[in-house]
Amino acid sequence: MADDHHGPTVRIYLAVFASLMFLTALTVWVAFQDLGMFNDVVALGIACTKATIVILFFMHVKYASRLTWLLAGAGILFLLILFAFAMADYVSRGWLGMPASHYLQ
Amino acid sequence: MADHALHHDHPHGLAHQFEDMPQQKESAVIGMWSFLITEILFFGGFFATYLIYRSYYPEAFFEGSSHLDIPMGAFNTIVLIVSSLTMAMAVHKSHEGNKRGILVYLTLTGILGLTFLVVKYFEYSAKIEYGLVPGLAWHPHGENSPQLALFYSLYFGMTGMHALHMIIGIGLLIWVFVKAAQGTYTAEYNAPVEIFGLYWHFVDIVWIFLFPLLYLLGTQGGGH
Amino acid sequence: MAITEQDVQASEDAPSVNYLNNGYGLKSWLLTKDHKRIAVLYIISISIFFALGGLFASLVRFELMTPEGDLMSSDTYNKVFSMHGIIMVFFFLVPSIPATIGNFLVPIMVGAKDLAFPRINLLSWYVYVVAGILGTIAVVGGGVDTGWTFYTPYSSTYSNSNVILAAMAAFMAGFSSILTGLNFVVTIHTMRAPGMTWFRLPLFVWSHYATSIIMLLGTPVIAITLVLLMLERGFGFGFFDPNLGGDPVLFQHLFWFYSHPAVYIMILPSMGVMSEMVAAVARKRVFGYEFVAFSSVAIAILGFLVWGHHMFVSSQSTYAGMVFSIITFLVAVPSAIKTFNWTATLYKGSIVYDTSMFYVYGYLGLFLVGGLTGLFLSSMGLDIHLHDTYFVVAHFHYIMVGGQVMGYLGGMHFWWPKITGKMFPDICGKISALLVFLGFNFTFFPQFILGYMGMPRRYHVYPEEFQILNVASSLGASLLALGYLVPGVYLTWSIFKGPKAPDNPWGAKGLEWETTSPPPTFNFEETPVVTEEAYQYGQIEEH
Ligand code: HEM
Ligand SMILES: [Cu+2]
Repeated sequence: MADDHHGPTVRIYLAVFASLMFLTALTVWVAFQDLGMFNDVVALGIACTKATIVILFFMHVKYASRLTWLLAGAGILFLLILFAFAMADYVSRGWLGMPASHYLQ
Repeated sequence: MADHALHHDHPHGLAHQFEDMPQQKESAVIGMWSFLITEILFFGGFFATYLIYRSYYPEAFFEGSSHLDIPMGAFNTIVLIVSSLTMAMAVHKSHEGNKRGILVYLTLTGILGLTFLVVKYFEYSAKIEYGLVPGLAWHPHGENSPQLALFYSLYFGMTGMHALHMIIGIGLLIWVFVKAAQGTYTAEYNAPVEIFGLYWHFVDIVWIFLFPLLYLLGTQGGGH
Repeated sequence: MAITEQDVQASEDAPSVNYLNNGYGLKSWLLTKDHKRIAVLYIISISIFFALGGLFASLVRFELMTPEGDLMSSDTYNKVFSMHGIIMVFFFLVPSIPATIGNFLVPIMVGAKDLAFPRINLLSWYVYVVAGILGTIAVVGGGVDTGWTFYTPYSSTYSNSNVILAAMAAFMAGFSSILTGLNFVVTIHTMRAPGMTWFRLPLFVWSHYATSIIMLLGTPVIAITLVLLMLERGFGFGFFDPNLGGDPVLFQHLFWFYSHPAVYIMILPSMGVMSEMVAAVARKRVFGYEFVAFSSVAIAILGFLVWGHHMFVSSQSTYAGMVFSIITFLVAVPSAIKTFNWTATLYKGSIVYDTSMFYVYGYLGLFLVGGLTGLFLSSMGLDIHLHDTYFVVAHFHYIMVGGQVMGYLGGMHFWWPKITGKMFPDICGKISALLVFLGFNFTFFPQFILGYMGMPRRYHVYPEEFQILNVASSLGASLLALGYLVPGVYLTWSIFKGPKAPDNPWGAKGLEWETTSPPPTFNFEETPVVTEEAYQYGQIEEH
């Protein structure tokens, strides 16, 4: 484990806080601009950035052992597996020219 | 606590099964992260459901979203971010063994958490009034997309589960606060504050995703 | 608190102070934080549920003796097989080895005094008990008829049985297994004794590590799935309801995201048991130790990529089905590696013909059949014929009962002297292993044929030409039941009347055999220092 006393300083916390506030304002502002399908992409991109900042600094992962990285990474990886394989089904359902599903309209 | 059988120079706060403080602290942090993995996947089930229905029924989701109150959602986002800062500061103070600092920042964090829940309460009341709770109070006005209920089921499911985590968080916070007030935490022994902080930040992160996914997509008026 | 206060120094002058006689009375058990005592609590509680699940199984087999539905109505039959499945899966198989033998051995095998979080360990047992009580209420209060799979929309809309209670029970049982898994992961990472490197860990620990990964990554998804189900059924929220545009098949996706990996929760621990027993039976180091270790982790990870093989005939897209089918074939590779390596370990070993050996051989045979028939089922085309027939039933029973239960029983025999400090009569052990093996094959092999001939699962009325095989299966089931009862008798007998066990009755290798039988409360008099790899049987071979 990384030594706690090498953790983030108060100044870093304040900088992190400021950037989170800025990104919140940004995401609200962007939501009112018409970017077509990119609205979603930008909104999610900003959310991911904010989450990453919280994880790295507030949750000290940047200063933590490799094992902590591994654990945090495993959670995210398997979440993506859930999304990807489930979506793979829904995306490819219509491909055979048959009705997409009995249930989904 | 009475767990002190093995050594006479037994450090304060060291449980019997550990050899030394660093081992104990590492275990606590890894344990909390393991728990957070389960939390990621727990909320993941909601997010996967959201993702799939959102991609099938964009209109219903835009419409549902447009009934949500962006100023309130944004205000709550800010409240949680500030609470994450105060929580981080509480952990920071605990590393110094600064009891007063811990107590002050935990109090702030708790107040902010309660603020979040109060705002949420007003939001929920409004939705109940408008009849937007699927199953329980469901009589939406005007022309609606047929799948509007899916959106609101997800809205209440996700924000409700998040709020439940906030409530549990405040309960834990009180416990940590009491322990801190008793002077349990020192510069050497402060793992409970630290891992509680991890939990709190995680709950914040969930909201960081809920806010844009639920509140912000209605702004384009479903113009797709 | 009473337990931990017991002075450990006492064990120096009298090694007879062990975890069993260190404190008496109900309170010293119900408030214990000792992983060994919690393991014993778990053994008692899962045995109760095993008996209950077995009772429902017997009802199923009784009903199926005749082609007509004469013993019970269709509704009752639905409830009986559902409760059999729910109890066996969530209350017996998932905790079976990890919470009992694993709980007892993982800390000892890594050379620690206890698990990292003893209180959480106790909590997990209490959560399990509460889950069990909820489950029992659901059963007694009219039962549940959805099958263990809780498929929507039947479970969320149409069923008139206690779905919410049963789902709540399964949810809580899952929570208890998360807590167990969490404890193992942390313990294995941070509490290994000096010198106990990763590649010196017994394979039992590796397989429990892999199991814990699945518990942590998979269980929360079944938890949320059940929450969604309860919200839909209880409040009328819509998640899977076709009337609202929801997709019932999404429930299956979420369900199997956990439940396929969960079948590995139900087999990996027994693979760990086998690795220990094979080495002890053959007096050899497990062949290809690293491969066996990594194959556990590979199974845990690959196991998350194949869940769609349960959904080939749902409305899942054919393309997704193809991908799932191919990956399913891949996941058989690590299982095969293990089987080959165990066999290679036995090859030219100096085999000891004791109870353990009987269980090892039985396990290998049954697991092989179960695994190979899994490959039949993973071929998408063939599965259209076999899906939801007795072939599937036979397949998973070969693995979960032939594998995990055989592993559980084998492990209980192997470590019985360590857990209780008493020896059981070897001949009884051999007889029970034989009974289980024969009874099992009699029960389930006919079901392969039945399924192949087209008998669907979950019906209690069937065409007459299926009767002979069904009767054979039911008769086999009685033999199997006998095979499970017999160990219950002589093992209980041995607690009171059995000869005292030496510290290492089998001459086996491993830290658990270096401490006393039964071990002291903190497992070792002094923290052990490990200087060699696991299974160094070379030194004690000649005798
Ligand atoms: C060797 C690797 C394995 C393969 C390739 C495999 C393949 C399959 C496939 C394709 C099915 C779906 C059949 C259908 O419903 O039509 C299936 C069902 C099942 N398998 Fe396996 N399997 C394997 C190992 C296991 C293991 C290790 C277990 C348990 C410990 C297990 C337990 C089950 C269960 C419980 C079901 C049926 C669930 C239900 O529908 O109620 N399988 N298997
Ligand atoms: Cu499977």
